[in-house]
Amino acid sequence: METKEKELLKLLEKDGRQSVDILAKMLDMPEYEVSNMIERLEEENVIVRYAALVDWTKIDEEEKVTAMIDVKVTPKRGVGFDEIADRIVRFPEVQALYLMSGTYDLSVVIEASKLTDVARFVSDKLSTLDSVESTTTHFQLKRYKHDGAIFSKNDDDDRMVVSP
Amino acid sequence: MTDSVSSLTSRLSTTVKSVPPSGIRKFFDLAANMEGVISLGVGEPDFSTPWAIREAGVSSLERGRTSYTANAGLYELREKIATYFERKYHVQYDPETEMIVTVGASEGLDLAIRSIVDPGDEVIIVEPNFVSYAPLVTLAGGKPIPVKTTLENRFVPLTEAIEQAITPKTKAVLTSFPNNPTGTVLTAKESKEICDVIKRNDLLLISDEIYAELSYDAAHTSMASVDGMRERTILISGLSKAFAMTGWRMGYVCAPSVITQAMLKIHQYAIMCAPSTAQYAALAGFNEGLVEVEEMVETYKQRRNFFVTSMREIGLDCHQPGGAFYAFPSIKKTGYGSEEFAQKLLEGEQVAVVPGHVFGEGGEGHIRCSYASSMKQLQTAVERIDRFVNRNSKS
Repeated sequence: METKEKELLKLLEKDGRQSVDILAKMLDMPEYEVSNMIERLEEENVIVRYAALVDWTKIDEEEKVTAMIDVKVTPKRGVGFDEIADRIVRFPEVQALYLMSGTYDLSVVIEASKLTDVARFVSDKLSTLDSVESTTTHFQLKRYKHDGAIFSKNDDDDRMVVSP
Repeated sequence: MTDSVSSLTSRLSTTVKSVPPSGIRKFFDLAANMEGVISLGVGEPDFSTPWAIREAGVSSLERGRTSYTANAGLYELREKIATYFERKYHVQYDPETEMIVTVGASEGLDLAIRSIVDPGDEVIIVEPNFVSYAPLVTLAGGKPIPVKTTLENRFVPLTEAIEQAITPKTKAVLTSFPNNPTGTVLTAKESKEICDVIKRNDLLLISDEIYAELSYDAAHTSMASVDGMRERTILISGLSKAFAMTGWRMGYVCAPSVITQAMLKIHQYAIMCAPSTAQYAALAGFNEGLVEVEEMVETYKQRRNFFVTSMREIGLDCHQPGGAFYAFPSIKKTGYGSEEFAQKLLEGEQVAVVPGHVFGEGGEGHIRCSYASSMKQLQTAVERIDRFVNRNSKS
């Protein structure tokens, strides 16, 4: 049963819009079982949400700046990095936050509409937090691949129409 | 016919002239000229070769690895194949004397047949089957003897039928499981029973196991792993299907050394060696490509489940194919023959499938649908087939 669950999750991770009817056929399970399984996974927050992966560069009026900020912090006794992380995730412009091994501690991904917004976030909000020692900001120039999806992908089927 | 054409025709080999052109060709011409066709007629994966494999091919070119390899192929590659084969299918082959890297499994088939068939020898072929089996036997001067299978028996050959087809001239039996076009796999018991007939009659077996990795419900049993079969089996496989490497032409053939050395003679004079770039790429396949192979297999299985269930919902009889990437539904209830059905489906709904009879008479009344296509394409194809069947059935 556990493998069917993993299989279902992998399918939904690739295409969250796949209908229960088709998923049931692909997994060789009755529809109601698939529905129940999805419902349970949603309740358990295993499936956190469903979203579309958008290529915003194709929408002219929508300018977006994405930056990745390496943050060095002083961990606190008893709570380690969790307390500071919990503060940073609450900023709405923060898209992702990871605790990293290596030369810095937290990796913050932020999205804003202008470069100056990023600058303001770093200088006013992030650097002023008590335990933050230093920040290094990198701007994303182009997205080639995100969440396993290649942006410039050519899906044309160039196989011969009929072959033995 | 102009004079020069007829004079040239008269000089062609009679054997070659006796081989009919591939039945698939006609359908290809028809489908290739149409717009908006969804093709379920393709006998190859829709995935590109895994990147690590492609990269290894490119890198071999950059390093200038462009010369001939040993006739039998890179020793390192043969070793990899031997290890892989033993781990996966529990048959041991000596990479030094019992294995040849070939130009696709197709060349392996040709070598196998030519190395054992004398003029007049008969080769029993389980039908329906891949299109090249009977022509290759004919070209080698032999006589293909079809043994038909039916949907009722999941396209598994009956041992009595094989037994009946055996004559003093029978040299070998040629089987292919998982099967193209039916997708049938044999249970261990069925393999054993067929092998018992072969052993009892002291025949050779040519076993085309190119789809072995694409087995969905149970692990593949190699015919060569059946007790007492290794010494009488020529085993053919390759990387085309499982590793999505069709265009690279990478196959291999394994057999006892006496047969392998005979095959090597043909191979070294006709081919010299398989392309070096493809051999270096294949090496990477065994080193780094196996995870991706597993992912592809899981995807095919899901598509199979979807497609076969959908065919049954439409009302077509379709057995559950245990392997390969083909479903072989019966279209008998529509009142059409295979060819007519496939042609009308193509013209009316722009879905290309292959009529079953091109895989031998035993395939009549069926169509071969390849589910090696994206789910999106398969869904559209199913909708169109549904509309076609339920609007156009004769009965």
